[in-house]
Amino acid sequence: MSPVAGDQELIDLVYAEARLIDEKRLEEWYELYAEDGHYWMPLTRGQQSPASENSLMYEDKLLLQVRIRRLASANAHSQAQPSWCQHVLQAPSIEDRGSITRVAVLRTAFLYVESRRDDQQVYAGVAWHHLKRAGERLVILLKRVELVNCEAALPSLQLFV
Amino acid sequence: MVNRFHDNPSAIRGLFRGGEVHRDVYIDEELFALEMDRLWRTGWVYVGHDSQVPAPGDYYATEIAGQPLLMIRSQDGELRVLYNRCAHRGAKVVSAVSGNCGGILRCPYHGWTYRLDGTLRTVPLRAGYAGTGLEESSAALGLAAVPALAVHRGFVFVRLSREGRTFREYFGDSISSIDNLADRSPSGRLEIVGAPLRYLHECNWKLFIENLNDTMHPMVAHESSAGTARDLWKNQPAEARKPMVIEQFLPFVSSYDFFDKMGVKIFDHGHSYTGVNFSIHSSYSAMPEYEAAMEQAYGAERARAILQEIRHNTVFYPSLTVKGAIQTIRVVRPLAVDRTLVESYTLRLVGAPEALLERSITYNRLINSPASVVGHDDMHCYRQIQEGLAGGVNEWVSVCRNYSPSGEDAGIAGIYNGTSEVSVRGQFRAWIAAMVSDGQER
Repeated sequence: MSPVAGDQELIDLVYAEARLIDEKRLEEWYELYAEDGHYWMPLTRGQQSPASENSLMYEDKLLLQVRIRRLASANAHSQAQPSWCQHVLQAPSIEDRGSITRVAVLRTAFLYVESRRDDQQVYAGVAWHHLKRAGERLVILLKRVELVNCEAALPSLQLFV
Repeated sequence: MVNRFHDNPSAIRGLFRGGEVHRDVYIDEELFALEMDRLWRTGWVYVGHDSQVPAPGDYYATEIAGQPLLMIRSQDGELRVLYNRCAHRGAKVVSAVSGNCGGILRCPYHGWTYRLDGTLRTVPLRAGYAGTGLEESSAALGLAAVPALAVHRGFVFVRLSREGRTFREYFGDSISSIDNLADRSPSGRLEIVGAPLRYLHECNWKLFIENLNDTMHPMVAHESSAGTARDLWKNQPAEARKPMVIEQFLPFVSSYDFFDKMGVKIFDHGHSYTGVNFSIHSSYSAMPEYEAAMEQAYGAERARAILQEIRHNTVFYPSLTVKGAIQTIRVVRPLAVDRTLVESYTLRLVGAPEALLERSITYNRLINSPASVVGHDDMHCYRQIQEGLAGGVNEWVSVCRNYSPSGEDAGIAGIYNGTSEVSVRGQFRAWIAAMVSDGQER
């Protein structure tokens, strides 16, 4: 059974995805997601479902589009002073190369810094990328972001981890 | 800490002039400490929900007005709220937020143990206490129970002062918002689902509470989020079925007229709700399977009456806000004069279809998460106030929209137009009444 993609292509997508967020190229970032793709940030460790328990984020492409357009809007008062972020990724490990019937799965430990003028927040965690083919392209079916302090009281977290 | 207010009730009274309130109520550290002592410990504050501790030994620990508390289910099935403070050297006995302690509570420091009702059970090397007067000392109390406890439809409230109003006197008819939430369950039972969203607010707790019945901000502050959702959806054909998230976003950017006609109802002691006539939750898609379950449980007429009561936010001053129509509650925990934790829980209507839970979960995440695009703009405005109030040119905050001095002095309880700031004035009337007392037990 052939894998979803070569190892380097899988890994490159994970790096590219984080870089597009850090550079605020969010419309390009959005295109990395499959039409039925989701961005999920669970609220609890080992959380099974986004539908029956609270999550910090669980966004389909419609909600991602709302978020991206809001960030670009002049009315987004909380971003009048804009936030910027930086991902620092550990080398992604390929947990499953996938097949025609299975998505590829990558695990990437990260540090994430979100800054807004004098405020700076630092997060750590693990991102899981579920990748599949859409024609010629490799796309994200699910990005699951597990913050190590997901259960902590958090201030506004305004960009994409 | 400067002592400007502690022994000076007239200075406290001077902070509220009916149509305006002095900035110190949001930024003064002495007033914050007095609030904890005189308002939060004498009012009825929300602790948790009884579904969080279903079995004997189950506990949930929290902190209210600086007091470490423990909600626990005893062997006899009774729910109790105890001070989480060892009778020996004062350590918090329970260390985790929640769990099951088995048949006894045991202090992690010297191993004193307590029964689940808080009474002292064993002390290591007890012989060392012979003739010391331990049995007659304060330590013999064990883990003391709070002075007053009330459980209403599963909602657990405490009053931390020995004397004070009864639960019924304190909440009056505002409690009907909790009744409506519980009645929306075909079984009459509610369950807290999973963990709460925990959003750290860098502002005074009153700015959050006041915003819950502020209907003049959504069309401004939430234009960037709900307005963007509206614009994204506007080219869809009229017959297109709205995704749930669009249904939930759109009403935030309703007109001034919509929010005005919604109405606000004021109760004594600071409680209020918006959405007397209808609310932002009124146009959600029908759920026929759920409505059928409600009719079966209550009969058609009663089921209709329950479901037609679609309130917006109810403020149970000062600690809890309830959204019955979408089954979410927000719990307010002041941490400092400019720091407040808001914990938002989702409730399951036991016996209702799973689709309702998914709708509540979606709403809670969209609105109350620290990553919420709606929350970001609210939080930003609270922060702008917290910082802007330092401006010395004007020490007063205006809350006089639709103020009627003669009418309100005669008694504020009643129904008003939805965009009135009357709920804020009602809160400050209650605030002053509590704060001018000397903080002694009454």
